[in-house]
Amino acid sequence: MNTVMNTVMNAASLYGLVGAGLFCLGLYALIVHAHLLRKILAINVMGSGVFLVLVALAKRIGGGAPDPVPHAMVITGIVVAVSATALALTLMLKVATATGRAELPDDEGSE
Amino acid sequence: MAIMLVDVPWAVVLILLPLAGAMGCVLWPSVTKTLGLMTVFGVALSVAGLGWQLTENGALRYAVGGWGAPLGIDLYADGLSLLMLAMTALVGLGVSGYSIGYFDHKYLLRFWPLWLFLLAALNALFLSADIFNLYVTLELMGLAAVALAALSGGSAALSGAMRYLLSTLLGSLCYLFGVALLYHGFGSVDIAVLAERLEPNATAWAALALMSAGLVLKTALFPLHFWLPPAHASAPAPVSAVLSALVVKASFYILLRLWLEIFAPLGEGVSTLLGLLGAAAVLWGSLQALRQTQVKLMVAYSTVAQVGYLFLAFPLVAATGVTALNAIVYLAFSHALAKAAMFLAAGNLLRFGGHDRIADLDRVVQRLPITLSAFALAGVSIMGLPPSGGFIGKWLLLQSALSQGRWDLVAVVIIGGLLAAAYVFKVLGNAFTQAAVPHTSRAVPACMEWAALLLAIAAIVLGFMASAVLPLVAIGDPFGLLGARP
Repeated sequence: MNTVMNTVMNAASLYGLVGAGLFCLGLYALIVHAHLLRKILAINVMGSGVFLVLVALAKRIGGGAPDPVPHAMVITGIVVAVSATALALTLMLKVATATGRAELPDDEGSE
Repeated sequence: MAIMLVDVPWAVVLILLPLAGAMGCVLWPSVTKTLGLMTVFGVALSVAGLGWQLTENGALRYAVGGWGAPLGIDLYADGLSLLMLAMTALVGLGVSGYSIGYFDHKYLLRFWPLWLFLLAALNALFLSADIFNLYVTLELMGLAAVALAALSGGSAALSGAMRYLLSTLLGSLCYLFGVALLYHGFGSVDIAVLAERLEPNATAWAALALMSAGLVLKTALFPLHFWLPPAHASAPAPVSAVLSALVVKASFYILLRLWLEIFAPLGEGVSTLLGLLGAAAVLWGSLQALRQTQVKLMVAYSTVAQVGYLFLAFPLVAATGVTALNAIVYLAFSHALAKAAMFLAAGNLLRFGGHDRIADLDRVVQRLPITLSAFALAGVSIMGLPPSGGFIGKWLLLQSALSQGRWDLVAVVIIGGLLAAAYVFKVLGNAFTQAAVPHTSRAVPACMEWAALLLAIAAIVLGFMASAVLPLVAIGDPFGLLGARP
C-alpha cells in the first residue's frame, strides 16, 4: 500500500497537504487572535482544510471514479459547519451586547 | 405480547423518541412540560427494553432502514453502551423533574427542546457503530449543550458558552481529521472493520494523535480543562448537571471505544501518558476545587478531578482487562449520578440564599435538610467512601492498580479521595454555622429538593448493585477482554 502511494505523488496528495496546511493555519489563528469573529473564521478555515483533505483522499489509486463516501461526509460536514457557524455568530453578538466587547474575558478559567 | 416487545427496535426508539419529543415541544408550547416529561419517561422505559433484549440475545447490531454496514448507518449496542444509556436515562429523569421547579414558563419553553435534542444526541452517540456517525452525534451534542449553557443569558454564561463552543468545535474538527485519515488508510469507518484492518503505520498514528487530542479536549482532561469550569459553573443548575454528568462522559466513551477497539495494537506509550494526565487532573482539579469560594465552581473543578480517575484506569486496561474496565464504568456511572445531585443541590442553595458563596451559607442544614442530605450523600460517592457507587469504582481501580504493582496510582487515588473529603466538608461545615451577614431567603420547590436527593440516593444504591450491574458490562464482550483474561 505504501509503495503504491509513493508512486502516486500527484495532485490529490498536493490537495491533501494544502488541506492539512489550512488546518494548521486555522489552528494558529484560533489561538492568537482575540476577536471572536476572527476565531469563528479560523474554525471555518480549519473545517475547510479537513473537507479539502476528505475530497482529495477520495481519489482512487489507478484513476477510477472517485470514492463517493468521503464526498458524502463532506456534505454532512458542511451542514454541521453551517449550523455551528450560525450558532457561534449569534452567540458572539449576544456576548458583544452583554459585555460591550466581542472578545472573551481573560480573567476566568485561565490558568 | 412478550415476543412483540422483544422485536421492537428499542435502539431506534431511543433516538427517534427524544427527537420527536423535541419537535413536539417546539410545535405545541402549551403542553411542553407534559410532552417533555412523557418523552423522558419513554426513553427510560426504552432503555429498560433494550436492556432486556441485550440480556436475552447478547450484543445487538441494527441496520437502520435495512441498508447495512458499508452504505447505511448501523446501530450497535453492547453492555458498555447499555450502561451509558442507563446512566443517561437516570440522570435525565432526575434533571427533568428538577427543571419543572427551576425554570419559569418562558425558560421551560427554551429548555425542553434543547434538552431533548441533547438527549437524542447522547443516545445516538452511545449507539453508533461507526466513527463518522460518532462525529455527527458529537456535533449534535455539542451544539445543543452550548445552547443550553447559554440559556440564562448573563454575560458570564454567554462568555462561558462561547469558550465552550470554540473548544468543542476545535475538538470535533481534530476528530474529523482523524476520521478522514482512518478512512483513507483502511477504507472503512465501521469500528469493527477498522479494528480488524488497522496496522500500526504512520496514518494510524496521526489519526490516533488527532482523535485523542480532540476527544481529550472535549472531555476536559487536564491540562485541556480550561473551558469547563466557566461553562459548567455559569449555566443554569439542571444544565450544569447534564453537562458535567453526561456530556463529558460521551466524549470519554468515544475515546474508550476507539482506544480499546481500534488503537489497541498501537502500544502502551500513549495510554501511559493519558494515565499520567489523569493523575495530574485528579490532584490539580481537587486542589482547585478546594480553593474555590463558590459552590458551583467548586463542583465544576471537582468534575475536572473526577474525569482524571477515568483516565487513571487507561494504562491498566491492557494488563488487567475486565477489572479496569469495570472500574471505569462504575466510576463514570456513579460520578454521573453524584455530580448531577451535587449540581442540583448547589442550584437549590443558590435559589435559597440568592448566592452560592461557601463562607456565607447561613444555617442551611436546618433550613434545607433534604438538599444538604443530597449534597452529603453525593459527597460520599465522590469521596469514594463505602457504601456507594464511587467506592466500588475506586475499589476496582485500586485492585487493578495493586495487581500491577502501580503504587503511584494507588497514592493518587487515596490523595484524591482525601482532597475530595476536604472540599465536601468545607461546604458542609459552613452549612451548619450562621453566616456573618444574614440575608433573605427564597422558598425552594419540593421537586427540586427531592430530585437532588433521589439522584444522590441512586449513587449510593449503585454501591449495593455491583453484583447485578457488573455482569451487564460483559454483554457482547466489549473489546474482547473477557476471552483474553477470564
